[in-house]
Amino acid sequence: MRSEDFKFISQLLHDRSGLMLTEDKVYLLESRLTPLARKRGLDGLESLIQKLKLSRDTALTNDIVEAMTTNESFFFRDNTPFDLFKQYVLPAMEKGRGSGKRLRIWCAAASTGQEPYSLAIILREAWHKWRDWNIEIIGTDLSSQVLDKAVEGVYSQFEVQRGLPIQMLIKYFQQEGDVWRLNNDIRSMVKFRKFNLLDNFAGLGKFDVIFCRNVLIYFDQPTKSGVLNRMRKTLSDDGALFLGAAETVLGITDQFKPVTGQRGLYVPTGGKSEELMGLNG
Amino acid sequence: MKTCLVVDDSRVIRKVARRILEELDFEVVEAVDGQDALDACDRDMPDAVLLDWNMPVMDGLEFMKRLRAQEGVEQPIVVFCTTENDMAHIRTAIEAGANEYIMKPFDREIIEAKFVQVGLI
Repeated sequence: MRSEDFKFISQLLHDRSGLMLTEDKVYLLESRLTPLARKRGLDGLESLIQKLKLSRDTALTNDIVEAMTTNESFFFRDNTPFDLFKQYVLPAMEKGRGSGKRLRIWCAAASTGQEPYSLAIILREAWHKWRDWNIEIIGTDLSSQVLDKAVEGVYSQFEVQRGLPIQMLIKYFQQEGDVWRLNNDIRSMVKFRKFNLLDNFAGLGKFDVIFCRNVLIYFDQPTKSGVLNRMRKTLSDDGALFLGAAETVLGITDQFKPVTGQRGLYVPTGGKSEELMGLNG
Repeated sequence: MKTCLVVDDSRVIRKVARRILEELDFEVVEAVDGQDALDACDRDMPDAVLLDWNMPVMDGLEFMKRLRAQEGVEQPIVVFCTTENDMAHIRTAIEAGANEYIMKPFDREIIEAKFVQVGLI
């Protein structure tokens, strides 16, 4: 690929999604965009870039951003954050929100829905505690393609085996031929909407818990800081933030601090989240 | 090091499972059917059993029922690994005492995820 073509496409991706693409990821461009080019009747990546340079094709640009940002997801991915959510965050919410009985959770890179649905399953497993609460789980993603799948709640045999305990499969899924459909009582707990993390968060409202895992790694430093600082404003002072295992707030923002010994869990600086979770000191 | 008994009448499947499990730091023992697996358990009870369903001589479900009926032994964790992929079979296996259930085809990721869930890893 010509260097100016790479610059053009990586700039476009950065502007539209915050995605940072380094030259060693050229293979990723080729493997993900060549099928897209073919679908459009073009003979390859080079023609695709030529077409973009000649005309501002919004639909094509969207398809490109989606193809490059779509990534894999599975139920209860990495286990630890879900354990922490269950063990510390939910009890803190029960204590701190007991009077209003309202809980809002945001999955900021919901992809095909496994993460928000995993949270819904955790709540459902302790439904005697939560049934009279007003709980909102909102899953957002840049890609409408993955969100369509998320809303549908239908997963392949392969997908339901990655991270989902068999008891949960029996309890919360219906088999339909080769695929598995999530039951309505879980599906109805999660609302999905298309949202770009580079956009204004104001329309989303306040959250108690934010999951933003494995997305910041694709952003450059200023974009990371910007997203985290804006997330701080949408998160309640005693809320909790989950980042991916390879992500951190250190050196990026002072609005959040890591909870000692609890990997992936962050809280607003100066708030009383840790106290509520029983994790102070 | 934990031990895992791989029970499958297919040599290819046993070989693939062995490679994955050894990478996950298990010591692997193989059995070709349910009876062979019972004999292996008599000799040396494993920590885990990766268990096919349909096999000659004695099938996986019968093996597990007999294993679970044994008293005074340290019961291993049993993970089914079979092409039987319908809800009825899954329920039957779990109700008979299986800890987890893998629908073939499987890969390293699925085995690892399931073994983490049941606390073997």
